[in-house]
Amino acid sequence: MAGYNLKEVMNKPERLSAGHRMCAGCGATIGIRAVLRALHEGDHAVIGNATGCLEVSSFMYPYTAWEDSYIHNAFENAGATLSGVETAYRALKKRGRLPENENFKFITFGGDGGTYDIGFQSLSGAMERGHDMVYVCYDNGAYMNTGIQRSSATPQFADTTTTPVGKMSNGKVQTRKDLAAIIAEHHVPYVAQTTFTKDFKDIHIKSEKAIYTEGAAFLNVLAPCPRGWRYETSEIMKICQLAIDTCYWPMFEVDHGNWRLTYEPKKKLPIEDFLREQGRFKHLFKPGCEDLIAQFQEEVDRRWEDLLFRCSR
Amino acid sequence: MRTDISNINEQSPCEDLTEGLMIFAGGTSKQFKTGEWRVATPVFDKDKCKQCLLCAPVCPDGCIPVHDGRREDFDMDHCKGCGICEKACPFGAITMTS
Amino acid sequence: MSKKDRMSGNEAVAYAIRQVNPDVMPAFPITPSTEIPQLVSTYIANGEMDTEFIPVESEHSSMSAAVGAEAAGARSMTATSSCGLAFMWEELLVAASNRLPIVLTLVNRTLSGPININCDHSDGMGARDTGWIQIYAENNQEAYDNYIQAFPIAEDKRVHLPVMVCQDGFITSHAVQNILLEDDKDVKEFVGEYHPEEFLLNPGKPVAVGPYAVSNYSMEAKYNQEAAMIRSREVIKEVAARFREKFGRGFDFFEEYRCEDADYIMLIMGSAAGTAKQAADDLRDKGMKVGVLKLRVFRPFPAEEIAAALSKCKAVAVMDRCESYNGHGGPLASEVPAALFMNKVYTEVVNYVYGLAGRDFTTETAAGIFEELEDVVENKKQVRQCTYVGLRSKEGQ
Repeated sequence: MAGYNLKEVMNKPERLSAGHRMCAGCGATIGIRAVLRALHEGDHAVIGNATGCLEVSSFMYPYTAWEDSYIHNAFENAGATLSGVETAYRALKKRGRLPENENFKFITFGGDGGTYDIGFQSLSGAMERGHDMVYVCYDNGAYMNTGIQRSSATPQFADTTTTPVGKMSNGKVQTRKDLAAIIAEHHVPYVAQTTFTKDFKDIHIKSEKAIYTEGAAFLNVLAPCPRGWRYETSEIMKICQLAIDTCYWPMFEVDHGNWRLTYEPKKKLPIEDFLREQGRFKHLFKPGCEDLIAQFQEEVDRRWEDLLFRCSR
Repeated sequence: MRTDISNINEQSPCEDLTEGLMIFAGGTSKQFKTGEWRVATPVFDKDKCKQCLLCAPVCPDGCIPVHDGRREDFDMDHCKGCGICEKACPFGAITMTS
Repeated sequence: MSKKDRMSGNEAVAYAIRQVNPDVMPAFPITPSTEIPQLVSTYIANGEMDTEFIPVESEHSSMSAAVGAEAAGARSMTATSSCGLAFMWEELLVAASNRLPIVLTLVNRTLSGPININCDHSDGMGARDTGWIQIYAENNQEAYDNYIQAFPIAEDKRVHLPVMVCQDGFITSHAVQNILLEDDKDVKEFVGEYHPEEFLLNPGKPVAVGPYAVSNYSMEAKYNQEAAMIRSREVIKEVAARFREKFGRGFDFFEEYRCEDADYIMLIMGSAAGTAKQAADDLRDKGMKVGVLKLRVFRPFPAEEIAAALSKCKAVAVMDRCESYNGHGGPLASEVPAALFMNKVYTEVVNYVYGLAGRDFTTETAAGIFEELEDVVENKKQVRQCTYVGLRSKEGQ
C-alpha cells in the first residue's frame, strides 16, 4: 500500500455525489465518502446497499448519488445480493463477455440493523463463501431509518424508542454484539474496525486494504447519528475521538488472522466522557445512577483487556 | 438508453419512466439542491485558510470541492449547514452564520 | 436430431440447464427439487458445463444473489420448492419489479403446515401475484421443453420479466418417463445468447437499481410492470410457435384435449391432467362427450382464451390443487369463473379441491367428477362448491 497523503486522496473525484437526502451532519455519508476514496482511480465499482437511511436517501428516483453502478435489493440481503454481482463478474470475465483491462471492485454498505441483525445470515454466508467483496457496516447503533429503535449494536443503557427510559427502565438492558470479532471468526482475509479521525488516515488505510485484499473483507465503521444519539451536528469529530479514547470503540484490524491494535490512547479516558456528550445517555447522569456508569465502564474494560490479549498473541 | 433525468418528473406519463425504475446514469442527485435545507451557513475566509484540507473529509455532503490540492469555496447548492467543518478547521477559516 | 431417453423430471430439467449453461446459478437444497442443484453441481464438477454455482445459505439468498447476478448482466437461474419459494417471496417481487429475466425451476410441493414433502400447487399459487410468468408442466417432457422456452420469453425486450417453470413434486420430478432430448447445439441456438443493453458491470456506463420511489412514480411503475405481463402473452405464443416449428411439440396457453365437441370439460394443471385425460378416454369409450383443458400458462392468466374454450360446453369442473383458505375455493375457482363472467360466458362451473399434500388423484375419481357434472346439468343435482375430493368426513360430503 502506498503512503497516505490527505491532499492526494482529497484530490480524487467524489464517488458519492451531493444532493443525497441524508440529514445534516450525518455520520454515515462521511464514512461512505472515506471508504470510496480508497478505490484506485480507473477502477470501477458496483456498490450494494441494504435498505436503510442511506438507501432511501441516496437513490430516491430519479436521483442517484452514486457515480458508480449501484444496487439496492432489500433490507436483509445486501451480502447475498452483492455475492451474486461478484459471481456474475467472474462468470462474465471467464466467458469473455467483459473487457479484460477493466477492473471492478465490490463494496456493499449496510447500517447496523441490516448488518448485525436482519442481514446477519446473508452477511455470514457471503463472508464464509469468500466472495471478493467488502461489506461495510456504518454502525450508528440503532435502527435510525425507522426512528431510533434498538439493535444488537445499541450500547447498554441507551435510550431508544423500543428501550425507552422510564420509571421502570434504564434504557437498553443488553450490551452490544461484537460483530467485527464475529466476522473475524469466519477467518476471512481482512476485518477491521474504525471510525473518523482528524486526518482520516485510519479509515483510509483499512478501506484500501479491505478493497484490495483478495477475498471477503469486513469493515465496521462507527458512524454517529446526531438525531439518534442526540448531540449537536457539529460535534461529530469530538464524539468519534472520545469513542476511541475511552476504548468504547477500539480501532483494530485482523489481517489474515493477525489481530492488531491500530490506535492505543495515550491516556484511556473514563467512559463518562463519551456518554456525557449524548442525550441518549442523559439519564445515567442523574443522582443514584453511578452504578450504571460503573457497570458500563466494567464492560468496556473487560472487552478492551480481551482485545489487548488477542492482539498480543 | 442512457437516462436524462431532466425528462423525468412527478407528472411524467408512465411511458417516460425508466424500465424497472432503473437509472442508466451516475450521480444524478447533483440536480437536487439540498442547500435549501440550510439554516446556518459556513463562511469561508480564504486569507485564514492554510489549505491543510482537514475540513474536506468531514463534510457529509462533499460540499468542499478540492482541486489541485487546494480547497475552494463551499458548494452552497448542496451544503446543509451542519457545522462540522467549522469545528474541524484549526485556523478559524470557517465561521457558521445564521 | 431428437434423442429418445428415459429420465425423471428433475433429471430432465438438469439436462436442459446443462444445455443452456446459464452464467450464474445460486441454489439451496429442498425436497423435492434438491436433485437439480446436485445434478448441476455434478455436471460442473465433471467439466460438462461451466456455470458459476453459488452454494448459498438459504433460498432467500439464492433469489437475492440471482437478482444481483442478473442485474449485473449474467443469465441467472435457481431451483426450489415449497417453503423455499415461500422464503423467497419478498425477492420474487423484487426480481419482477426490477424487470430481471431470471428463470426459476419450481418443483411443486405443499406448504407447511403440517410439514409434508409431497405435491400440491400451494407454493406456486402462493406466488401467483408476485409478477412472475408461471408455466406448468404435465410431465417430464413438458418440464424440459418449458425450461428451454423460459429464457427467450423472459429476455424478450417486450417482456423483461422473470419466469417460473413448474413441475409436480415426486409425481413428475422423481418418476422416470420416456423423453425426447434435443441436441445441445439446437437447444443453445433456440435459447440464444444473452446480451442485455444495460447492466451493472458495463464499464463507464453506471446503472442504479432499486430506488425508493414516491407515490407519483410508484403507481406508474407498477402499471408498466403489468403492461409487460400483458405483452408477454404474444411473446409466449411466438416462442411456443418457434419451439413447435423446431422441435415439433408443445402448446400455447393450454392444451385442449378432446374438447372440441365436449359437453363436460375438466380444467386442470400439472401431472393430474394425464389422469384426467385417461378418464376422458375411458368415458368417451362409453359414449360420454368429455374433454380436458390443461392449463399450461397460469401467469399471465389467459382469461379470454379460456372463456372462448369453455363457451360451448355444458359444465366445467375447475380443479384446484391448492386451498386458498378464503371460504371461497382455490385460486382457479376464483379466476376461471371471473374469466367466464367478464367475457359473458355463463357456463356452469363446479370447483373441486384435490390432491393436497400428495393425495392420490385417480382415473376413477376423475371419471366420477365428469359424471357428477352430467348429474348437475341433466338432473339439476345440487353440489357443494369447493368440495374436497376424497376427503374422509362424517358429513359424508
